[in-house]
Amino acid sequence: MNAKHSTLIGKLSLLVVAMFAFGYALVPLYDVFCEITGINGKTASEPVSAEAAIVDTSREITIEFIARPNQQMPWIFKPEVRRMRVHPGEIHVMNYLAENPTGQAIVGQAVPSVSPGQAALFFHKIECFCFTQQYLAGGNDMLMPLQFYVDPALPSQFSTITLSYTLYDVTSQWQPGQQNDSAKEFGE
Amino acid sequence: MSTVTTADHHDAHHDHKPTGIKRWLFTTNHKDIGSLYLLFALAMFFLGGAMAMVIRLELFQPGMQFVEPQFFNQMTTMHGLIMVFGAVMPAFTGLANWMIPMMIGAPDMALPRMNNWSFWILPFAFLILIISMFLPGGGPDFGWTFYAPLSTTYSNDSTALFVFAIHIMGISSIMGAINVIVTIVNMRAPGMTWMKLPLFVWTWLITAFLLIMVMPVLAGLVTMVLTDKYFATSFFDAAGGGDPVLFQHIFWFFGHPEVYIMILPAFGIISAIVPTFARKKLFGYASMVYATASIAILSFLVWAHHMFTTGMPVYATLFFMYTTMLIAVPTGVKVFNWVATMWRGAMTFEVPMMFALAFIVLFTIGGLSGVMLAIAPVDFQYHDTYFVVAHFHYVLVSGAVFSLVAAAYYWLPKWTGHMYDEKLGQLHFWCSVISVNLLFFPMHFVGLAGMPRRIPDYALQFADFNAFISVGGFLFGLSQLIFVWVLVKCIRGGEKAPAKPWEGAEGLEWEVPSPAPYHTFDTPPQVK
Amino acid sequence: MAKTRSLRWSLPALLLAGQAHATEIQFNMTPGVTDISQQVYNLHMTIFWICCAIGLVVFTAMFVSIILHRKSRGVTPATFHESTKVEIIWTAIPVLILILMAIPATRVLIAMEDTSDSDVTVLVTGSQWRWHYEYLDYDIDFFSILATPRGQIEGRLPKGQNYLLEVDRPLVIPTGKKIRFLMTSDDVIHSWWVPAFAIKKDTNPGFINEAWTRVNEPGIYRGQCAELCGMDHGFMPIVVIAKEPDDFAEWVEQEEARIAAIREEEQRLLALRMNLDEQMELGERVYLAHCAACHQPNGTGLPPMFPALKDNHVTTQDRAEHIRVMVDGRPGTSMASFARQLSLRELTSVITYTRNAWGNDTGDVVQAVEVYEYMQSKGE
Repeated sequence: MNAKHSTLIGKLSLLVVAMFAFGYALVPLYDVFCEITGINGKTASEPVSAEAAIVDTSREITIEFIARPNQQMPWIFKPEVRRMRVHPGEIHVMNYLAENPTGQAIVGQAVPSVSPGQAALFFHKIECFCFTQQYLAGGNDMLMPLQFYVDPALPSQFSTITLSYTLYDVTSQWQPGQQNDSAKEFGE
Repeated sequence: MSTVTTADHHDAHHDHKPTGIKRWLFTTNHKDIGSLYLLFALAMFFLGGAMAMVIRLELFQPGMQFVEPQFFNQMTTMHGLIMVFGAVMPAFTGLANWMIPMMIGAPDMALPRMNNWSFWILPFAFLILIISMFLPGGGPDFGWTFYAPLSTTYSNDSTALFVFAIHIMGISSIMGAINVIVTIVNMRAPGMTWMKLPLFVWTWLITAFLLIMVMPVLAGLVTMVLTDKYFATSFFDAAGGGDPVLFQHIFWFFGHPEVYIMILPAFGIISAIVPTFARKKLFGYASMVYATASIAILSFLVWAHHMFTTGMPVYATLFFMYTTMLIAVPTGVKVFNWVATMWRGAMTFEVPMMFALAFIVLFTIGGLSGVMLAIAPVDFQYHDTYFVVAHFHYVLVSGAVFSLVAAAYYWLPKWTGHMYDEKLGQLHFWCSVISVNLLFFPMHFVGLAGMPRRIPDYALQFADFNAFISVGGFLFGLSQLIFVWVLVKCIRGGEKAPAKPWEGAEGLEWEVPSPAPYHTFDTPPQVK
Repeated sequence: MAKTRSLRWSLPALLLAGQAHATEIQFNMTPGVTDISQQVYNLHMTIFWICCAIGLVVFTAMFVSIILHRKSRGVTPATFHESTKVEIIWTAIPVLILILMAIPATRVLIAMEDTSDSDVTVLVTGSQWRWHYEYLDYDIDFFSILATPRGQIEGRLPKGQNYLLEVDRPLVIPTGKKIRFLMTSDDVIHSWWVPAFAIKKDTNPGFINEAWTRVNEPGIYRGQCAELCGMDHGFMPIVVIAKEPDDFAEWVEQEEARIAAIREEEQRLLALRMNLDEQMELGERVYLAHCAACHQPNGTGLPPMFPALKDNHVTTQDRAEHIRVMVDGRPGTSMASFARQLSLRELTSVITYTRNAWGNDTGDVVQAVEVYEYMQSKGE
């Protein structure tokens, strides 16, 4: 094999490795892309600070709350109310009821999704039970709080925002470090 | 385009190859490896075709008659995988092996030993894939697109074998692609400048780059599927913070360039055959090269048009709709160039030309339905119906496969030293072209009428069309047996072929005798 | 898809709807019954005719050439092989045509993106292989599963007119109102498609998607799952009945009453004892509708993915485990919890049925109270 070949093979192999890495890089890139564009209605997975936004009293937005335990999640999981009318900029607290009717402790993880997707960019969570895994002993129930506000910059064509939580059983992946401190405060 | 001044005719002296099985196992000769690839592809074409026959048999009538739904899904999955990775891609690689060194005046591929490896791991990949079907629970049944979480949480253990098989296929393709690039870049004969390269070489060079860019992404993707299923990662599992839609983005980032991998070399073949039989130089050589390159580049910007129904924001939908529509421009240029090449030529209609002409017509139909599919708001109605099945079979069967068949007829005299049986070839052509339309044209209607793809049973209003389609399918399958007959006959004997059997043919491959000696261009020819 | 104007079809009528008679063959996309679907259809036809025109021009040039410029006519080939002018023209013209296509396409797409308030919101959840509909504005939710008897699929019975496009409980919506669909999934990706509304949206597990419609005409509209979702992907149809608003209000009342009655009955059931025959009859129906797809009508299953229930340790001996699996499901497998999908009565009967069918013959008669107690006891 001559030197001319080796150089070219080297470069091409590097390209192969780079593209393999790029395949994996697409994962975080996609998340960034989603957070910028609101694809899939993904909301930020970190809390935003509760900046006192100017409340826009000129309009009201309907927030719809959907809470579903996944098929294999035996918890009962419900929002306290199904709908709420809010002014953009107002900070609200919404409680979700979780009940573990089984005999064993189960750890849940709520996965948020907002529709329409673009509205996700304007839905800010100051505190949310979905940021951490939630531990619930068998037979217990608890209230899980969500503190949020709608960005006053929400474009006017959106009048309803649907926030959905799907609750998964993640007992097998539980990291005891990050227990549900937030839920404790509001008590059981 | 190019002429040879010092043709090399002393190959026969050192034509010492081992005999028997060892010749094929250890061969580093590009012609032997090319033949192996082509024969393997042909075998896989019939295996994948047999699976298509099972699909058509089950769909002949409404109701479940012959197979279980799960087996039906295995058939659609394996049919797709085998045809894409086992038939079309290896067939093009086989042609590349045979023809590229001869077309550029090189003695062999640049990396002959790697060449041997890249072929011989391929049968094992398919062996693994096929064995997985006989394990308890059956083989992969999640479609060739293996969308997560159907292929992760909800699949059976054959997935591990599937992933392993895809890895091997990917490695084989990547090695083949590197070999093609190094050969073309470094081993062109003196005077064979870039803009003198035959278009088949050009299209393959661009294809090879596509392969190198996307096969590693596919490898990464199947690895993610594997770790999601067995090692508790959650790339695609919402419960762990993943996203199943991400799977589709990565898959189609690979998948869309992949479909061009299967069609660009076909463009090269048609660009060789049409001028030959029109006895006129290819119209717009330079624009053909640029069109190929722009199709390749655009192919990285259109992937999400496979995903309009996943719920994308409007502006993303619009972006992917516009870029997809844009692909029609360079593709159109190609079709116009071919027609302009024919215009005021002096055409004859031997079998390669017939298949090439059928390619142009049927590929254009597939291209036009592609434009329809690009229009996002109507794609909501077309998506995942038989309309899509019709579209991609028009571009892949009457496109890629027809170009491969045309190439086989075109170069058979060079490969075997015999002319194929023209009458049989014409019979093969007419049977194929009629049955392929009986098979795929009604799929447009049944898709528009609302039949989803990948279903083993269907509502009664689709019954008449499906019976018709199935008959077309069986006829198309039978027609390909004529091809085997032609091949066997041509390999075993027939009229002696001259070095240049086609009056209008140009290119270095026609400067060497037929059959091409085991070693060609040991001394590089001088291209003027 | 087939559509009937009759509004008076009740559940049994849907099941028995017409014995197979020839349906007319449809070649083209349906214009549908909404303004959007009509726009989509018009756009489809516009693009189609443009494509036909392009095809006609290209193929005419090609065939003229094939006929005139053949060697057998003694022509000598021309020598031209490039022309920048021509090449620029046939690059520019397609671009113009594409812009011409893009304008109406963009317009229709924007029209589909209407985020104004809706009158009725339905949460559509796909799961292997059934749809679940939940009305957010009413106390109504139910599963909708294929109603075509297995006998028709297996060819033992003649196929009905709506073969594979009929469900036990269709989705009911009012006409003339904006209906918003929120879509999600419990397991794999499905796709909710009703051609007459021009809606096809994927249901992604863990995420929600949105679509909307405003149906102009009352009628029965049928669709199917459009994304490969496993074994019975071909067997999860969608049926939507659009009713005049008054009829819809009446239906809501009836449906709410029906669901409330089931809950009441559950309480009553706890005191009641059902006999074996009664349970076997109901159990078989439930089994064929919900279980047979995976575990097979004869209980042999499709191992290893779907275990056989015939001669199974759990279904013949471990009664407590049997109840547990039915109520909780088996995590990590396709076996879902049926606690929410079936009524207590159905749940009890299907357990009894599996313990006595296909030679399992345990003689066990499970009672509702037993299942109910397990559901309650899990907390203690």
